[in-house]
Amino acid sequence: MFEGKQVVALGERDGIAGPAIQKCVESAGGNVALSATECFV
Amino acid sequence: MDLGSQEKIKRLADEHGPEQLLVILGAPDAESAEIAAETLVLGDPTYAGALAEVQLGLSVYHVLEDQLREQIPEDVYEEQVGVMADVLEREEIAAAVKAMREQAPGSG
Repeated sequence: MFEGKQVVALGERDGIAGPAIQKCVESAGGNVALSATECFV
Repeated sequence: MDLGSQEKIKRLADEHGPEQLLVILGAPDAESAEIAAETLVLGDPTYAGALAEVQLGLSVYHVLEDQLREQIPEDVYEEQVGVMADVLEREEIAAAVKAMREQAPGSG
């Protein structure tokens, strides 16, 4: 799923944050090109 | 979606090609997940950001979707997502993101 992909980890403050998604992806061998944590209003 | 994020994602899509990008959301509910997914697939519905009227048709998943979870070592998933997987309405969120993914141009 992650092979050859540039992954964007678009987390949210009230849900799952960007760095948490990033760690998950990297642990599965994926390459994270952008990690952000948004605040949806 | 933040205007800054839209710009960065558009730049990545221009640089690598939209088909090379995979976006993973961490939104806390179906509504915000759907809006984020819509922005990434069909363009910014608020017409405010760099993705307004830009149909990138990106592959977008939520971190709570089974398809994604299966890829991640269980201990890491538990540590990073853990309790949120039990607290959030996983099925609703997954359905919202999947429905939007299926609207991608060429998703057939």
